[in-house]
Amino acid sequence: MTTAAPDAAGPSRRSADGFRRAHRPADARVVAGVSAGLAEHLGLPVVWVRVGFVIATFVHGTGLLAYLLLWWFLPLQAPQDPPGLASASRRGLRGGTRGPARRDVVQSAAMLAIGVGVLALMTMADGWLQGWVLPSLLVVTGIAVVWRLFDDATWNSWLRQTEGLAYVVRLLVGVVLIGLGAVYVLTVNRGWSAAVDFGAALAIAIVGISLILGPWILGLWTDLGEERRERIRSQERADVAAHLHDSVLQTLALLQKNASDPAAVATLARRQERELREWLYGRQGEATTFAAGIRELAGEVETNHRVPVEVVTVGDAVLDDAVRALLAATGEAVVNASKHSGAERVDVYAERVATADGDRLEVFVRDRGSGFDAATVPDDRLGVRGSIIGRAERHGGTARIRSTPGEGTEVALTMPVPPAQKETP
Amino acid sequence: MSAPSVLSVLIVDDHAMFRTGVRAELERLDSGRVAVVGEAEDVDTAVAAVAALRPDVVLLDVHLPGGGGPEVIRRTSAGTTFLALSVSDAAEDVIGVIRSGARGYVTKNISAAELLDAIDRVAGGDAVFSPRLAGFVLDAFAGTIEVAQVDEDLDRLTEREREVMRLIARGYAYKEVAKELFISVKTVETHVSSVLRKLQLSSRHELTRWANDRRLI
Repeated sequence: MTTAAPDAAGPSRRSADGFRRAHRPADARVVAGVSAGLAEHLGLPVVWVRVGFVIATFVHGTGLLAYLLLWWFLPLQAPQDPPGLASASRRGLRGGTRGPARRDVVQSAAMLAIGVGVLALMTMADGWLQGWVLPSLLVVTGIAVVWRLFDDATWNSWLRQTEGLAYVVRLLVGVVLIGLGAVYVLTVNRGWSAAVDFGAALAIAIVGISLILGPWILGLWTDLGEERRERIRSQERADVAAHLHDSVLQTLALLQKNASDPAAVATLARRQERELREWLYGRQGEATTFAAGIRELAGEVETNHRVPVEVVTVGDAVLDDAVRALLAATGEAVVNASKHSGAERVDVYAERVATADGDRLEVFVRDRGSGFDAATVPDDRLGVRGSIIGRAERHGGTARIRSTPGEGTEVALTMPVPPAQKETP
Repeated sequence: MSAPSVLSVLIVDDHAMFRTGVRAELERLDSGRVAVVGEAEDVDTAVAAVAALRPDVVLLDVHLPGGGGPEVIRRTSAGTTFLALSVSDAAEDVIGVIRSGARGYVTKNISAAELLDAIDRVAGGDAVFSPRLAGFVLDAFAGTIEVAQVDEDLDRLTEREREVMRLIARGYAYKEVAKELFISVKTVETHVSSVLRKLQLSSRHELTRWANDRRLI
């Protein structure tokens, strides 16, 4: 993610303390999601990360070890959709859960195959690998298979058992692996390759120990997060009830009172619709960005002037003084359009445009109302001159007003914005 | 596709109240241009209804029990025209249904007259892009929203196509876009259709289907 602007569609990736934490995306993983998660965290193409793991594996299996460790330590994260979407997904209204793209799967498999092939070639060329490659590959694959299931809740609880058959089996596997590692170390006396062998043995031993101690550590790890999430979830449920009560019921009551006034009914219904829509399908709670500001402003104008304001935004920007000025100028233009044009609807379009000399925001406020002849507007008409053009120009922006009597008016505003910073941890 | 005199329409939505409302509104306008031939409430009934009734246009809800709107499009044979209809504002879902093959997208609060017009246009082979959809499309091509997982290889929009999308997002009707850019309405439609195709063609399956429909292979 390269923009500072929060991404309306994606889940928030900052934890409460403000640090960006890497995670494994549950919806886009091929094996464990380590590569995908790492790629996203570092802002690299996922292919590089995968190739990196394969290459690093040639260096005494470092890649493999790193992968396994990351698999273990990076938390799995399901996409956090806003309530409406989450509920639609749960009820199967949105189509199957999004898995990894087939191309990703094929790509990963191909890369693994190449890796194994190269490894095999090296083995044939040089005998030193022969001894441990195949067995450890088998062991690691076996563990990986088990670990893949680890992510499922049922297996998770199975693995966390500290009594019963499952526990014994797990313990045995771990002990056998550690034993194997130890035996290996003891039988090694082959000169320079001893270090390599020791590394391999150590890796196996570590995996073994992890299997034994893993559940406790993992349990502790996930329990904390799970508990916090559950608490948040129940709070959210309470919020839902409160929200429905406060806003929807209020509006219904108002609608009944105003039943004889169609304009009032339409305005009320529209305001409620907008509010509910934003709440259900995300975008709420981020009044610190330009796009959110525009939507808020449009809502106010709709309520006050009873003219629908249709807002479309592409991209976003953080609020600073210049952007606030642009927002204010936009507000003035929208108010003008809804008050004076007589149009049935006002369209607002805002886009963050990237150009060679930096980014800028462009805003268009358009109505199909009465329009006016620009030449006849006296210079001292404050609404247009001061609030719109003056405001924009004082902060280095531009404002252009185009109006044709009978066809409507369009106000075009631009404002340079600082380049999007990379999100820093 | 030659537009017949009366367009048969199938309404697919899981809310009975909404289906009734749309049907009543379309019938109240009594234009003689459309006839509602059926209703369906989930993916299975929709697929069956499309097969049995062969409607000219299917009004398709984006969120639908049984896998959502895209599932309906996937499971019906080519040749049916879909117009997506939604109350949800989730860009990914709207783009998703368009990518599956819908020819346009309108929000549920659209007026009956506008809906009638949109039905007419998709049946005639045009794409119906509302300002909101144009915004979503620009976002999708800019990579600011995540579109399914398939798509690092969305074809880029040409400068002209982007201009057309931006004007539509600004609330311009096709006619006004044409006037603004000094091109014909036909050319605007061509640009919009090609944007639609770029959205829909990034998977091989769709490409094959598209070529099949046009007897290219």
